Amino acid sequence: MADLNIKAKLAKDTIKADAERHIKVNAEKCKVCKERVCLFICPARVYTLNKDGEVALELDGCLECGTCRIACAEIEWHYPRGGYGVQYKCG
Amino acid sequence: MDNFDVIVVGGGLAGLSAAYTLGKAGIGVLVVERGDYSGAKNVTGGRLYLNPVRKLLPDIWEQAPLERFVAKECIVMMGEDSSTAIELTSRKFAQKPYHSYTILRAKFDQWLADKVMEAGGIIITKNRVDELIMDGTKVRGIIAGEDKIPANVVLAADGVMSLVAEKAGLHQRQKPLDYAVAIKEVIELSPQIIEQRFNLEPGEGTARMYAGAITHGMFGGGFLYTNLSSVSLGLVVRIKDLMEHKPSLEAPQLFEDFKQRPEIKGLIAGGETIEYSAHVIPEEGISGVSKLYGDGILVAGDAAGLALNTGITVRGMEFAIASGVFAAQAIITATKNKDFSAQSLSEYERLLKNSFVLKDMATFKNAPRFLDNPRLMGLYPQAVCDTLEKLMFIGEQPKSRLVGTAMSEMRKKLKLTQLLKDGYNAFRSM
Repeated sequence: MADLNIKAKLAKDTIKADAERHIKVNAEKCKVCKERVCLFICPARVYTLNKDGEVALELDGCLECGTCRIACAEIEWHYPRGGYGVQYKCG
Repeated sequence: MDNFDVIVVGGGLAGLSAAYTLGKAGIGVLVVERGDYSGAKNVTGGRLYLNPVRKLLPDIWEQAPLERFVAKECIVMMGEDSSTAIELTSRKFAQKPYHSYTILRAKFDQWLADKVMEAGGIIITKNRVDELIMDGTKVRGIIAGEDKIPANVVLAADGVMSLVAEKAGLHQRQKPLDYAVAIKEVIELSPQIIEQRFNLEPGEGTARMYAGAITHGMFGGGFLYTNLSSVSLGLVVRIKDLMEHKPSLEAPQLFEDFKQRPEIKGLIAGGETIEYSAHVIPEEGISGVSKLYGDGILVAGDAAGLALNTGITVRGMEFAIASGVFAAQAIITATKNKDFSAQSLSEYERLLKNSFVLKDMATFKNAPRFLDNPRLMGLYPQAVCDTLEKLMFIGEQPKSRLVGTAMSEMRKKLKLTQLLKDGYNAFRSM
């Protein structure tokens, strides 16, 4: 399996962090969720487990693709506010 | 804010094509784009097939910032440790007017946005549309932050997730079965290296599709497009398949594994990744098309689910451009009649049905079902590679007969009835 350095990949992009969190998960529901597809479905590895085993979000790496919103009905999802988030130069 | 005749949500291909057409017709149009510039949020594979849309946006293509015209097409069947490529080099494809170009959207969309402004359209960037102004089921404008902007018609061209069309009740939250996630890297290489590596003349480009072991039997595949001075390399996987695959596979890891395949590695050697992107693609075909119009609202492009994957060609951008132009034409008629009701705006659907957009989607209505077959994404590419490997390998012992070799290879894994059924479905879907 090839080495995956997702941080280095995301560092190539211009992503303007929005202080307002545009994706929210319900900690209670995440706690009992067995599948936790968010952990492996996200292209930017936004979803990780913290040291307490809870689902944590690193929204500054979000590419706004919407995959997590489609994969998990519990996710409260919006785009970042205007002028924030990823600004592609190639696309 | 002023009153506009039309508000377009989203400065992508559908929205900008609509705004350009409306501007040319002298209709007051405002495009609301949430990125820093048009194209900032937009991603393609990708390539654009120009013939269906050439006349819909007349006189602009000569100066358009397209990358390379596609002169070579390649389909690669990927086995675990082998691959078989079929390449089409066509003189027809290398003659003007070229039928297909590779494209980078941030570049192209910014240019098209300039054209919209030249045509009299107004574009505001860095603004996210949060809500619609509703009067019962009638759409009366948009709300972006503090601003309430009324309009006769709103065009939802806000991309595949289309929260606007969802708010207007024109489609539901997307389902994992009907959408795929694409992950792409743009890798910088000099034009000379690209032309040498892919055996291209200056200006020529290649498009490559990869199917098989790289998606572990899941629906999807890889792609590679040559741009002027970069290569777009990507992997697509259906979201439902990724959710259910055991053991769980991580999407970005699947892409990286594809990138590290020997078939790819040599092609991108020495190149520097300059962008990493992800995008969702509608894969349901015509049954996934949303409701296209309501009172005071139309939906175009990815937002309406207008995309078509036949397995051989993957199309979306020309559907976006065409639907934007047809939406504009319907709005022009509605403006003449001063009637923005659903009944009046249904003209848009009629135009789409009479055009290549819904005609092609209807013709290939069976394609999504045909492609929904794990054998296509695993067994068949592997079997082709294994068979050729056996035929072409000379060992120490006397060699067995060719036909027997191929047949015994297939029989190990597949019933004849299954093969016939897949062949029949391929015939029906094409």
